[in-house]
This record gives sequence, C-alpha cells and structure tokens, in this order.
Amino acid sequence: MNRFLRSIFVLVLLASANQARGQSVGELRFCLPGEPKTFNPVLVDDDASENIRYLTGGVLIRLNRQTQALEPGLATSWAVSKDGRKVTFHLRQGIYFSDGTPFTSEDVAYTMRALMDPQTHSPTGDAFRSSDASVSIRTPSPEVVEIVFPAPVAGLKRLFDQVAILSAHSPKKEMAVLGPFYVSEYKPGSYVLLRRNANYWKHDAEGHPLPYVETVRLDIQLNRDIELMRFRRGELQLINRLDAEQFDRLQREIPAAARNAGAGLDAEQLWFNQSPAAPLPEYKKAWFRTTEFRLAVSQAINREDLCKIVYSGYAKPAYGPVSPANRFWFNKELPAPKHDPQNALHLLSKAGFRYESGTLKDQAGHRVEFTVVTNSGNAAREKIATMIQQDLAQVGIKLNIVTLDFPSLIERMTRTFDYDACLLGLVNTDLDPNSQMTVWLSSGENHQWNPNQKSPATPWEEEIDKLMRAQASELSESKRKKSFDRVQQIVAEQQPFIYLIDKDVLSAISPAVVGASPSVLNPQAFWNVEVFRIKQELALGAPK
Amino acid sequence: MNVPKSARPIAAAIIGSVFALSLLAGYITNTSYATQFREVPNAGPSPHHILGTDSLGRDSFTRLLYASRVSLSLAPAASLLTTLIAALLGSWAGLRGGWSERLVLTVADLSMALPLLFVLIALRAFLPLDVSPPLALVATFLTLGLLGWPSSLRIIWSAARQLRNSDVLLLAHASGINPARIVLRHLLPNLRPVLFAQFWVSIPVFILTEATLSMLGLGVMEPIPSWGNLLRGLEDISVVSANPWRLAPLFLLVLIVGCFQVVLPSREEELV
Repeated sequence: MNRFLRSIFVLVLLASANQARGQSVGELRFCLPGEPKTFNPVLVDDDASENIRYLTGGVLIRLNRQTQALEPGLATSWAVSKDGRKVTFHLRQGIYFSDGTPFTSEDVAYTMRALMDPQTHSPTGDAFRSSDASVSIRTPSPEVVEIVFPAPVAGLKRLFDQVAILSAHSPKKEMAVLGPFYVSEYKPGSYVLLRRNANYWKHDAEGHPLPYVETVRLDIQLNRDIELMRFRRGELQLINRLDAEQFDRLQREIPAAARNAGAGLDAEQLWFNQSPAAPLPEYKKAWFRTTEFRLAVSQAINREDLCKIVYSGYAKPAYGPVSPANRFWFNKELPAPKHDPQNALHLLSKAGFRYESGTLKDQAGHRVEFTVVTNSGNAAREKIATMIQQDLAQVGIKLNIVTLDFPSLIERMTRTFDYDACLLGLVNTDLDPNSQMTVWLSSGENHQWNPNQKSPATPWEEEIDKLMRAQASELSESKRKKSFDRVQQIVAEQQPFIYLIDKDVLSAISPAVVGASPSVLNPQAFWNVEVFRIKQELALGAPK
Repeated sequence: MNVPKSARPIAAAIIGSVFALSLLAGYITNTSYATQFREVPNAGPSPHHILGTDSLGRDSFTRLLYASRVSLSLAPAASLLTTLIAALLGSWAGLRGGWSERLVLTVADLSMALPLLFVLIALRAFLPLDVSPPLALVATFLTLGLLGWPSSLRIIWSAARQLRNSDVLLLAHASGINPARIVLRHLLPNLRPVLFAQFWVSIPVFILTEATLSMLGLGVMEPIPSWGNLLRGLEDISVVSANPWRLAPLFLLVLIVGCFQVVLPSREEELV
C-alpha cells in the first residue's frame, strides 16, 4: 500500500515538475456538436469539422478572437496590392508539418489551388471567388508566395484565417497539419482524439513550445443536456456554448465554471412578409409595407423584458443588424432601442390606423391582427413570441402564434410566401458584412422580407444595394465602414428586420483549465487552446 | 386491474370535481390565463399566486384551471368522434363481411401503419395560419379525433363480427330490414358496452397525445393553456427542483388519467 501511495506521489510530483517547466501534460476533454463530416480543411462546412480545423490547421494569418485584430501565423508579413487583387506572403522558415514534411511556399500554392478548384466545391474557397476567372499563384522562392485574384476581394486578409494549409508532398495528405494538434484517433460516432503537434511553430513568451496540453479528446455528443451533466460530473472540462437556462443552472451550482463573454453576434429577429407573391389580403400587405407600422411594432416591443425573462438577463436589446460585439463594423451612432407604446400609437395614427377601445383598425376598418410563425421546439423563441403578443396587445394589435416544424417553415418562407410575419434567429459567424450580401441585396435569396427581387422594390432597398456593392468592391476599410454604417442606419429607420436581442456568449470552463479566456467569436471557449494548462489535482474530480 | 368497487365512485368524483372546477375557472380566479406579471417570473406560491407563476410570470393556478377545461372538454369530444367513426365503419364491416370488410380493414391497417405523430405534424403544417387560437385548438382535437379511429375499429369490428350470425340479426335480415337500420337499431345497441369502453379508453390517450404534441411545440397555441403545454414548463429541471409546485400539472394529468383507468374496468365488468 505504501509503495502504491509513493508511486502516486512521484507521479504527481513529475506532473507538477513538467507543468513548471512548460512541458505538455494532461488531456483536455470537451464535446463536438455532431459527427465531423470531413477532416479535409478545404471541404469544411459544418461546426464539428470547423472545430477540428481550428484545432489542427495552421493558417497564414490568424484573427485574434479577443482583440479582433489580424496576427501573423505561418506568414511573418503580408502585403496587398493597391488594386486589391494581389497578396504577397512572406513565410516563416524552418517549419515542419506534423509528420515532419517541410513547409514551403509550394504548400500554400497547393492549398490555394485546391481551394479555388471549382471541382472541389470548397465553401471556404467560395469566399475568395470574386470572378469566374482563375486565380494565379506564383512561388518566387520557398519563403514567398504571391496570389493574384481576377478581381479585387474585399476583406481579403481576414479570409486567410479560415485557410488551413495543406501539404503538397506529405503522403499523409490532409492529415499532415501545421496547427497545435493533429488527429491521432477517430472512432465514428464516439470521439476524435487529437495529439499535440511536436512540430508546432509557436512558443510562449519564455520560449516553451506550445501547446501545453498533450491531448484533446473530443467526444461526439448531440444532446446538450447530457453534455452539461457530464461536465458537472467532471468528465468534461469545457462546453463551448450553453443556452441561458443551462448557464443559469451552472451559475448556481458551479459559479467558477460559468463564463459569460458578453453579447455575441447571434441575434433574434422578427420580420414581416413584404413579398408581392404572398397569398395575403392586399390590406395586410399594405400594413407590412408601411414603415410607420413596422417602426410602431418595433417600439411596442419591450426588449429589456425579453432579455430579463427569456434569457435570464444573458442577452442585450438589439436594434440593428450588427452586434456591438463586432467592434469594427458596429455603427455606434444608431439610436438605442426603446420601448415606447405611446409613440408606437402615435406612429400608427400618423399612418392612418385608429385605436378604438383597445383595438387597432386600419383606414378601411380591418382589425389589425396577424400571425407570427416560428419553428417548433425552440422554447426561447416561443416565449419571445408570447411576450410580444402581450406587448402588441397594448397597442391594440392581435398577434397569433403558430409553431411549425422547420421544413414547413422554410417552405412557407422561401417558396409559398404564405405567412404574415416570422420570428427566427440569425447565426453570424463572420465579422465582415460581405458574408451578409445575400441578406441585404434585394436580389438575394436571404433577403427574407422580400427575396429574389428583379429590381429593388423601394428606394431604400435600392440605396442598400448600391452601398453593399460599393463596400464589396472598395479596399479602404474606412470607406467600407462608412458605406455599411449607412446600411445599418437605413435598416434602423426602415426596420425590415425588427432586431430583438443579441444573445450573450455563454460557456462552461472547468476551474481545472488555466488560461481560458472566452471570446464572442467562434470558437468561443477554446480559441486560445494552445495556452491552456490542466491543473492535475482538479482535473480528476468534479469541477468544483 | 383489480380495483375495489369503492374506488370507482371516488375516481369518478375526482374527474367530475376537476371538470366542474375548470368550468367555474372564471369565478374562482379573476386573473386572465394570458396576463404576464413580468416582475415575478418563476415565483413561488403567494396569496396573489397560490401556485406561483410560470417562466413568463403568468399565474400557474389560473392556467391550470383553464388547461383542465381545455383538456377535459376536448379530449372526450375527440374520443366521441373517434368512437363514432369506428362504430359506423366497424359495425358496417363486421355486418357485411366480404369486400367491404376487406376494404375497411385494409384502410384501418394502413392508417395504423402510419406514425400518428408525423401525420399530425404534417396536417398541422397544412392548416391555414390565420386562424384564431380557439379555432386552432378545436382543429387540433378534431384532427386527433379524425385520425384516432383505426385502433378502436378493429375491436368494434371483431365484436360486430361475432354478432353477425346472432339470432337477433338473422331475424332482422329475415324480416327484410334494410342494412342501415340493422346497424343503427340492432347492431349498435348490442355493441354499446364495447363502444362505451372504447370511448373511455380513448380519452386519456388523446390527453396524452395532445401533451406530446405540445411538448413538441405543435399542440395548443399560446396563450391558451392545456395540460400539454403546461408540461413544457417542466423541461427546465433546475426550475422544477427549486419550485416543486410546478409539478402540479403533471400531478393532475397523472391523477386524471389514473382515475379514467380506475373508472373504466367497472364498465367493462358490467358488460362482460
């Protein structure tokens, strides 16, 4: 028995000594939200694969999730030509892939060719595609690579944050990586085990090689409640995203593990169907096309209450398409959202509506009553709808709520247009407004209130079209910002989308994990995984 | 189930009392089931809210009373509809035999092969959106009633088939009475015990199906309460463990379904 205890004592001492010397110890465990569809970084199109790409991929430029600034990765420096078509990278020297294959400009060229090959159908490559013509890539030396695009690409540098470099020569193909970890084991339906990449180029301030943890075990777990239960039992050390109810529960049970990074990029929004093809009565279409009507509905909604009651305070009122979390693109001049039923009634009366004994009627005497549809099974969204129902009743509007299964909802939104209003969430993963082109262009299929227009239906939509196209072809960030600020201004004035709340980014991180600093950008809780350390004495027990 | 005879009137009294209380909801409480007291969400019992409030601050007691009215009125109505359809088709098939029997049984078997929940979800998607919540409520139970007949039909058909060659029916046939009259005047009265049992059995089934639909967010529309959508409030385990009175709808549902089960065998015993 004594010998056994001595062995444990020696092991603990060894682990402590390794940590002190900056050597890698410990296993970080958390869950993937689903089965990864691919390990090929070029083909990534789902959250689980995206997480693995982040943990294993080496990129030329990395977006710092905390500062939202671009930082050198495998490229030590870069320069974009004045016409915005050419980017030149100077690469780090003496870097090796996880399997020992040397890294050169040939690998960058190989990756870009794979990415831009139309046969590959790469979702990451689509972001670079500014024209149908092909991209030309030159490698004047092993340390320099020049990429010339057929047309200017707005926000070009930031796009390289998603481009994990492949090896042109490694026999392991995409499994040879330049990131902090490599895929060591994969058991479909069960787990993915990542092991520390001994050839990773990064070191900490004291010169110790990164990452600190030896392995990352990613269990495939679709059920969020089971994930939280396993975290509470100490089987997991991290949950990337929690909903408000789960977070609230965790906050009460293990306050040190509940981490709130503040308002994120995801919003909940309501919009009215303004499509001319909608099989709705003309008087209803006229309401929905009236700016004062939309503004009045927006002002009648008590967003503070939505945040407080539906999200237990873990959300912020929203009024525009960009969350304040998006530091550069958020327009600080936008008015703060306000709950003002009196002004809402004033606006409605200006637009010809009459408020009589608790009921709102239009000029022709039709009672203002409409139905909002949302997807079934989302308790938070149903609560939002029910609260809006009471808010709108205060200005005499009768709101009916219908929940539909998602395919039926999409059918109505995109094909039959048979709905009055819709309440859904917007998942935003990209900071740049270019990722929202199909939402804002009147011809876009995601221009939900009136999609696929042949020509803009209103002057303000025409102005948004011009501004979005202008910012997309502009290289000066400040000019792009000016254009997009104006877009946000128009959206706030016209309220085609009535933005309701920006949800906080909520994570769970065990106190055993040292160095975590959750961010609002994806991957929120483990964006700086390379500097995580695991406290061995806490790692074995429940995260108390 | 072996239930003492004395338990049956008690169970019937419980069902009757809950139903009576639900009908008197407007007199018992002066709060609307839809009013949100937003300053006190998830509140515990108090003189103002004797069962506390739900996550939106609505009075839980008021909602429970109105939910009982909805579930206890419409589930029997749907059950009656189902039993009527099953009675007409089942007795017709049992009496006639031949191709009409095969046709009815095939349709019933095919209907039973379809997963009821998915059929309901699909039908719900086809309903017009601009219907008022009370109408949507009736539509939900009507749909349940219209789709629930095949399982009852098999039992009624089996009973009708046994009666096909009975003296009563042979005499009726021999007297030249037309088939519709035979079904209505001779067959159905003889099937009354089976029909009665089927009616009682279907009520808790519909209550539970509506609860399942509501758990999926496809049942009764907000803000109208039903036992099903009240049960959705139990999804957050932490709130329930902190506020055990939130289990009241579940307790009531179990109690009423249990009471129906207790009441039912006594009827069967009378009939056998």
